[in-house]
Amino acid sequence: MPDDDAREDAHKNGDTRVEEEEKKAPAPDDEVAAAVVERFPGTVFHRSHGQPVVYVDRAVWAELGGFLRDEQQFTQCLDVTAVDHLVDAARLFVPGVHTERFEVIANFLSHPRNRRIRAICEVPAGDASVPSLTDAYPGTNFGEREVYDLFGITFTGHPDLARILMPDDWVGYPLRKDDAPARVPVTFKEDPRPR
Amino acid sequence: MSDTRDGTRDDPGARPPDEHDEEFVPADPRLTRQTDEGAQELQPERELVVTGGPWPEVEGEGDTMIINMGPQHPSTHGVLRVMLELDAETVIRAKPVIGYLHTGMEKTGEELTYVQGATNVTRMDYASPLSNELVFSMAVERLLDIEVPPRATWIRMYLNELNRMASHLLFQATNGLDMGALSMIVYGWREREETLRLLEKITGLRMNNNYIRPGGVAAELPDGWQEDTLALCETVEKGVSEYDELLTGNPIWQERLVGVGVVTTEQALALSLTGPILRSTGFPWDLRKSQPYLAYDEVDFDVIYTQNGDCYDRYRIRLHEILESAKIVRQCVEKMPPGDYRVQDRKVTPPPRARIDESMEALIHHFKLFTEGFKVPPGETYVSVESPRGEVGCYLVADGTGKPCRLHIRGPSFYNLQSMTPMMEDRLIADAVAVISSVDPIMGEVDR
Repeated sequence: MPDDDAREDAHKNGDTRVEEEEKKAPAPDDEVAAAVVERFPGTVFHRSHGQPVVYVDRAVWAELGGFLRDEQQFTQCLDVTAVDHLVDAARLFVPGVHTERFEVIANFLSHPRNRRIRAICEVPAGDASVPSLTDAYPGTNFGEREVYDLFGITFTGHPDLARILMPDDWVGYPLRKDDAPARVPVTFKEDPRPR
Repeated sequence: MSDTRDGTRDDPGARPPDEHDEEFVPADPRLTRQTDEGAQELQPERELVVTGGPWPEVEGEGDTMIINMGPQHPSTHGVLRVMLELDAETVIRAKPVIGYLHTGMEKTGEELTYVQGATNVTRMDYASPLSNELVFSMAVERLLDIEVPPRATWIRMYLNELNRMASHLLFQATNGLDMGALSMIVYGWREREETLRLLEKITGLRMNNNYIRPGGVAAELPDGWQEDTLALCETVEKGVSEYDELLTGNPIWQERLVGVGVVTTEQALALSLTGPILRSTGFPWDLRKSQPYLAYDEVDFDVIYTQNGDCYDRYRIRLHEILESAKIVRQCVEKMPPGDYRVQDRKVTPPPRARIDESMEALIHHFKLFTEGFKVPPGETYVSVESPRGEVGCYLVADGTGKPCRLHIRGPSFYNLQSMTPMMEDRLIADAVAVISSVDPIMGEVDR
């Protein structure tokens, strides 16, 4: 049937295309991402469901913040978060990215240019530490504290890196995939202080 | 009659018990111990420094005092705790301490299927649950690359605006209460109750509606929703004009709010503030206008913004946003397109109840959908919408299974809380209440 032939051709073409892509990351079709790739060699561009994403080396993470703010008019860093990929059934394949267990994600918004960009850096489990964005974007203070609290990823240069949601004396990092929920039984104990 | 130690029977009334008696139990044990321990703590000569949390050491010069405002203070909207360093009545430093309502909802989100996910995120921002459902559903739909039908889009927009009205009415009520305009709590609640009544008629629940779901909405709009909506709009508009008359020109109200809690545009941008706080600094940024989603580019409304960045401006912005929402809601009634209220894809949305009785496939789809849910291909996305408090975003990572690998909600209140430090510093402690109220934090969303 002609339909089947066409489908098979498309399938073959698709396969070869994927193989080519595996060798080389695609050229960025987003002007901000292109500027980032030019400024920080080794950056990988990826278009994720229509949104521009750059995978940068974590060594230049803080520099990237300064670059986006001062040279690309990105006025706000809206959110900093992280992902633990320890037990993924399948992980998004981005050609050119050397994946690690953790990913730290920052979402930037430029009001004058009305556009967004997302930056992701890979963080190995053995050395879970990322430069802090708080110099360029003081508003990431709470977001980075939350990531530190829930994932145990430290941010070097952060002014006040302390737990924010969990109690100060909490042991473990709840959003890590190997931190079992209900590990700590619910206890109903009396307040030891005199009443 | 009771047995004593030596086994002999004794009449307890024979001699009054004293403290040396082992059987002695004071009439009210708490009261006795309180006079022993607690009362001495309040000696006026001693400086009372209450510590806790990551608060740096005080240098010791001057007579500053650190007090905790909250987490049980009635004006902290739940369980917010603000550490204030005071010099007499002036706040020198302020630091919000959060986490008292942390329930691990992002962790829970990893254990729930995408079908169940909406019930989880809706409980984060409980004053505006539909924005959270919307942003979660939009993220899932983007990962699945599905388009929802126009009618579903419009229903979503219509409900989000109703919800914005309810949320801002709640703000008007509690803001009035915090500022001492006690009648406002009654007036604001009156109109909010009407709004919630309509939401209940449509979604079945007053709050935590779980109505917007991946693939569309849960059900068709009920009969007569147009008349109810128009009646509600009139009620709310009448109510808003009452608040306006009662508060806006009121000299006491202005004295309390004008020039209090000022934040500049530069500070707002640097601190990742969004929503009415950002707009109050003279920065007209509203995602509904600047990056339209749903059908916001097809309705006519204005972005309200002011220049001064104080509590009074934030009050006025929210007051007028109620009217703008009413305007959008009226247009929704007018322009609501016909069609389906959800995607007719059996892999994403359940079949109609009646079909289950007659079709084997429908039964299988229903069963699969509500046990293991649908699978989402590996990918990641960030979707954001304008909630009443600012930009609420959903960062969703899928790993090809029926449950998300990571569900992160960017709560606008979480980041907006950072504005308290610049707003409160060098102001009176009474203004701190005005600041907390005008930031309008929802602690369920802050702590998640």
